[in-house]
Amino acid sequence: MDTLASLADGFAVALTWQNLSLALMGCLLGTIMGALPGLGPSNGVAILIPLAFSLGLGATPALILLTAVYYGAMYGGRISSILLNIPGDEPAMMTCLDGYPMAQQGRAGEALALSGIASFVGSFFATWGLVLLAPQLVKVALLFGPAEYFALFTLAFATLGGIASTNQAKAAFAAALGLGLAMIGVDAQTGVTRFTFGEVHLYDGIDFLVAIVGLFALSEVFVFLEHRSTDADGDTGKKMEIGKLYPSWSMIKSCIPTMGRTTILGFLAGVLPGAGASLGSFIAYSSEKRICDRDGTFGKGDPRGVAAPETGNNAAAGGALVPMLALGVPGSGTTAVLLAVLLSLNITPGPLLFTQNPDVVWGLIAALFIGNFMLLALNIPMVGLFTRVLLVPPRILMPVVAMISFVGIYGISGSSFDLMVMVAFGVLGWVLRKLEVPLVPVILGTLLGNAMEANLRRAVSISNGDWFTLADSWLSIGIWLVAIVGFILPIFLGRVFRKKMDDEYEKELSD
Amino acid sequence: MSDRILGGVGLTLAIFFAWSTTLIQESFMTDVVGPKAFPLIIAAVLGAASLVFLFRPDPAPLWPPLNRLAEVGFAVLVCFLYAKVLPELGFIISTTLAAGYLTWRLGTRPLQSVVVGVATAVGIYIVFRVILGLSLATGPFGF
Repeated sequence: MDTLASLADGFAVALTWQNLSLALMGCLLGTIMGALPGLGPSNGVAILIPLAFSLGLGATPALILLTAVYYGAMYGGRISSILLNIPGDEPAMMTCLDGYPMAQQGRAGEALALSGIASFVGSFFATWGLVLLAPQLVKVALLFGPAEYFALFTLAFATLGGIASTNQAKAAFAAALGLGLAMIGVDAQTGVTRFTFGEVHLYDGIDFLVAIVGLFALSEVFVFLEHRSTDADGDTGKKMEIGKLYPSWSMIKSCIPTMGRTTILGFLAGVLPGAGASLGSFIAYSSEKRICDRDGTFGKGDPRGVAAPETGNNAAAGGALVPMLALGVPGSGTTAVLLAVLLSLNITPGPLLFTQNPDVVWGLIAALFIGNFMLLALNIPMVGLFTRVLLVPPRILMPVVAMISFVGIYGISGSSFDLMVMVAFGVLGWVLRKLEVPLVPVILGTLLGNAMEANLRRAVSISNGDWFTLADSWLSIGIWLVAIVGFILPIFLGRVFRKKMDDEYEKELSD
Repeated sequence: MSDRILGGVGLTLAIFFAWSTTLIQESFMTDVVGPKAFPLIIAAVLGAASLVFLFRPDPAPLWPPLNRLAEVGFAVLVCFLYAKVLPELGFIISTTLAAGYLTWRLGTRPLQSVVVGVATAVGIYIVFRVILGLSLATGPFGF
């Protein structure tokens, strides 16, 4: 009951005109960004953080805006999957399989509406899951000392590559790179400068916002430039017939069991470290295919094949917020970016957040509920509007993305040194992507590096220099074990998993 | 081959990082662990991962042909120049130039590119400066 009372307080925080309009704006922008190929939840949120920051929004309003963008982008990804057969972002990949065939049969409107409903169901129940699960996790987290936290950070890095990671060495490389970048600047505990090489600009360290916008947003522009002549224009030529916008009740009814099962699967995939939304939608689709594909209609425009991945990835998006809010340790790229939002607002997520800033947490959760209803309302009748957005060619869009990134970073510091650092990160991001080094651990490293080191030093200092204190309690030993298994398992299973995902995708497309 | 180069660069970076760690001036009052231990752990991880790349490289990615590479290089150069001239020329002029260049290279026709460049700059100026009141770089003409 405590939880419900806090939730009611949260609604009181969220229901102001400013917050409601921010949520609406976030939902709109998010859906647009999700729909545009090349812009997904993580770079969408990344571009907007500096802007929200330099507009001087308070903590709760800024969070409401940006999480609305996050949820909106998860909704929007399906639009281009269904209409163009190009996933708007990675989690929406599985939606192509049945969504595009439905569109080819002239049932695009139905597919869009059904997937809108499926997204709503997934994120609505996942948000309830967040409400119920996060406070429980907080109780566990209150038992954590610095040693456990150090182990937990290691766990986050070890599992970030995910079960589908193909090369764990590259994930480790990326994490070390990010952590190394975080070391630059004045050491908070002793006050000595590290790795600054006499450059005054570096004394404050590298602003992680600069790194995030460079790595996620600007590198996307370079990727587009590289592929320009091949397919970047993405000329789709023929206009897709949308058809009727409202699915029949019987179609929705046939999807209810599917949505129920995939909500649970997706939510679990989101909560567990190392899975995330892409895997959530994959598991949801393949398990539904196994359970209800008796007539072999999956892959040929079966409505359940549209509902399953959309419910799955939206439920995973909600689930991923649980470890981020309750432990302060994100499990996916986009939640890592949301962590950056919190840190730049001077809020440290984790168990203390629930006791010290309950208004922020519960206001945010209430805003998620509100945003969800807004997204449902926006996405069904107004979906035609968003399909219009897909007509903006990337050759115009990408320079705009680049310029807005510059505006955001310049707005924070007003220094052209930061802009140059951002360009350097853009280049780094492009090179790392070419070499298939994941970018998320780099970001997480720059975000968590200092906290991780602080916990290490605190733990070892408390025990007078005994390093074995790091694995001295059952709790920390347990975390270390999960971290080690989570890191080693993908070395054997990763290729198999990734191959299965791609095979499934290829096979369905060629059918 | 690409992975081997990455491994070489990574290894050099790890050694350089470890070497710069030893240069850190420790102050007279410090905690038990000190400011050097964690960077050394990071350098070790970085080095170990790089060794894996050296000995078990992945198949090389598809690098773009030289002219594409030059394309990316020029775009990077334009971005650097943009960062450099922004405080001097002001927001509208520099953004028109940079956005115009990028959209031209992405395949917009030259004359149209000028229009797109101006429209991007003015559009962003109106939304972020006039409506949202963000501070943008001011040039010699006040915009």
